[in-house]
Amino acid sequence: MKKVALCVTCIVDQIMPEVGVATVKLLRRAGYEVEFPAAQTCCGQPFFNSGFAPQARDLAKRTIEIFEPYEAVVLPSGSCTTMMRVEYAHLLADDAAWHGRAQSLAAKTFELGEFLVQQAGWQPAPAASAPSVTYHDSCHMCRLLGLGGDSRQLLTAVGCTLHEMAEADRCCGFGGLFSLRMPEVSNAMTAVKLDNAAQTKADILVTADPGCLMQMRGLAAENQHVEHLATVLAAALENQ
Amino acid sequence: MSNPSSATMSQFRHSATVAIADIQLQGALTGATNKFVNGRITALTELPHANALRDHFKKIRSATLANLAHYLELFEERATTAGSQIHWAQTGQDAVDIVLNIARQHGVKLVTKSKSMVTEEIHLNAALEANGITPVETDLGEWIIQLAGEPPSHIIGPAIHKTRHQVAELFSKEVGRPLPADDIDGLTAEARRLLRTQFLAAGLGISGGNLAIAETGTLVLVTNEGNGRLVTSAPPVHIAIIGIEKICPDWDAAATWLALLARSATGQPMSIYTTAITGPRRANDPDGPEEVHIILLDNGRSQLAGTPYEEILQCIRCGACLNVCPVYKKAGGHAYGSPYSGPIGAVVTPLLFGLEEYAALPQASTLCGACKDACPARIDLPRMLLQLRQDEVAARLLPWRERKAEEFAAFVLGREGRMNFFTKLGRWGQRPFQHDDGLKLPVNVGDGRTLPSLAPKPFRQLWDEGAVE
Ligand code: SF4
Repeated sequence: MKKVALCVTCIVDQIMPEVGVATVKLLRRAGYEVEFPAAQTCCGQPFFNSGFAPQARDLAKRTIEIFEPYEAVVLPSGSCTTMMRVEYAHLLADDAAWHGRAQSLAAKTFELGEFLVQQAGWQPAPAASAPSVTYHDSCHMCRLLGLGGDSRQLLTAVGCTLHEMAEADRCCGFGGLFSLRMPEVSNAMTAVKLDNAAQTKADILVTADPGCLMQMRGLAAENQHVEHLATVLAAALENQ
Repeated sequence: MSNPSSATMSQFRHSATVAIADIQLQGALTGATNKFVNGRITALTELPHANALRDHFKKIRSATLANLAHYLELFEERATTAGSQIHWAQTGQDAVDIVLNIARQHGVKLVTKSKSMVTEEIHLNAALEANGITPVETDLGEWIIQLAGEPPSHIIGPAIHKTRHQVAELFSKEVGRPLPADDIDGLTAEARRLLRTQFLAAGLGISGGNLAIAETGTLVLVTNEGNGRLVTSAPPVHIAIIGIEKICPDWDAAATWLALLARSATGQPMSIYTTAITGPRRANDPDGPEEVHIILLDNGRSQLAGTPYEEILQCIRCGACLNVCPVYKKAGGHAYGSPYSGPIGAVVTPLLFGLEEYAALPQASTLCGACKDACPARIDLPRMLLQLRQDEVAARLLPWRERKAEEFAAFVLGREGRMNFFTKLGRWGQRPFQHDDGLKLPVNVGDGRTLPSLAPKPFRQLWDEGAVE
């Protein structure tokens, strides 16, 4: 069986493990054996984004060492995928050896939806019933990786009706530490996002980024459901 | 409200909080920026090969700036030949002094101005007033904020934060009788009437410049109201102040520049007026100034060459990055404490006016990347914000508690054993604050947002227990 390493990300690991569980389920369903390197912690993104380059560099090197033995690495997070695929090479640009290792890892690192569609060629069967959804394009995933189509394709494949919201690619206001440094601005930005989503009347607001998920959940009204792509897809599979 | 000349974290947050609570302002901001964004998208779609044109423009800008000294000298030579007088200003104060000198020589008491961000940058109006010279802004937006005594809140729409009711109020005060807010034509006509008399009376016209073409020594100015033409041609003396980075090698390059400028700024294929000024009035010209002075302003720009920030000099001040910025759209322009707001302001303000004074600006971004996508010169603004954040850490500009917290977090995440130990501790420590939907801490973190709590068991534990099926 083909093998894939799961980089679960620190947020999913510690705060929303159910997203990790759903991710494993999907990867197995797509025909992969999932491995979980236990040494993994954090890709370094929070430190990189807030200007702590040396700390980010150490975590990047550590992450490269842990994942480079595997054939492919999958993450249920658009922004962590971007970190490993785009930013590691920048961060390690001054060190030829590490830069090369960063690039090799980048070439085999994939965001979950992207991996399922483009690498696995997986096409799930439609569920008996599936919720209507609206999809939030997380910033790094859509602007730096050009991804978002795969998530939508998977959601419609399992039978979800997709209602596009206005400005689907407008930032949710998270921005990592930004959400704590400028909480008033951050929350006001999230309010716009949640409002755009609510206007679609979709059952669930879906995103492929745990950071955005955490932020939007923190401000969503009680009757507004925000879920991770993996969770929604895995739930639909239960329903086939 | 005067320009505070700084944006510390607390200043930015305070100003943004006030702006967010102001429903009128939020409506004006959303309306104006969305209009610009949609206009820009439509205008670029109409242009065949818009993306290729942007790539081409990027090449022009990088190549020109790599040879900045050469093109500036060429410009000086050609402009001088055409009869313009070139002045070099290393600092804002130098530029102000040059203007004051020329004004004194001509005994000027009244100055008309067309919109210029550079004169905002060097606080020219205040200096003129302090020297007994009255500056009159003739761009409608600039005039509105001059009447209101406020700094601009947007690079190309200085008064976009004002509703028409507020404008009507300001104008009514100026003319001494009430003007109805719903009669926009009437308001503009009133502004036109008042400003016309000033154009004819002014002894000096001061403008900015959108680009300076080295090949012919020509200064190009784009406006939508025609006021730029009156400012640069009616008074006997014209002074243009332009940043040294606005240099353009030749007319071919200028064509690309102009094809992108108005489209990116307002969504127009061209601005209504594009004025090319090559020297003062010639003998057989029916009108035009007797003297044209062009001040080439450095004010910190040349220092950026050869640094990771050189790319920022490619900016043509179109404002597209402001309109798409989700932070700017909520916080508004005044929070940035600088004439340059939004993403471009967040990068260029600390670079020109001091990182310590403007410490909040590099942090005023989620790094969402919308600015880079919109920029006609494809300037990687998020990368420079990241670099500025690194500079802030290196210069110890962050509160020490934050620095310690980050260093500690990195230490914990450096080994899985440490992470397991401390997250276990966290699970135990969070118990008193845990509610159904998340954490409620006794301190206000996140301004009312429900904070996530650590899950009862992390994913890795579920995996080890064989609970992941
Ligand atoms: S950075 Fe780019 S988008 Fe922003 S004002 Fe400058 S040229 Fe326009």
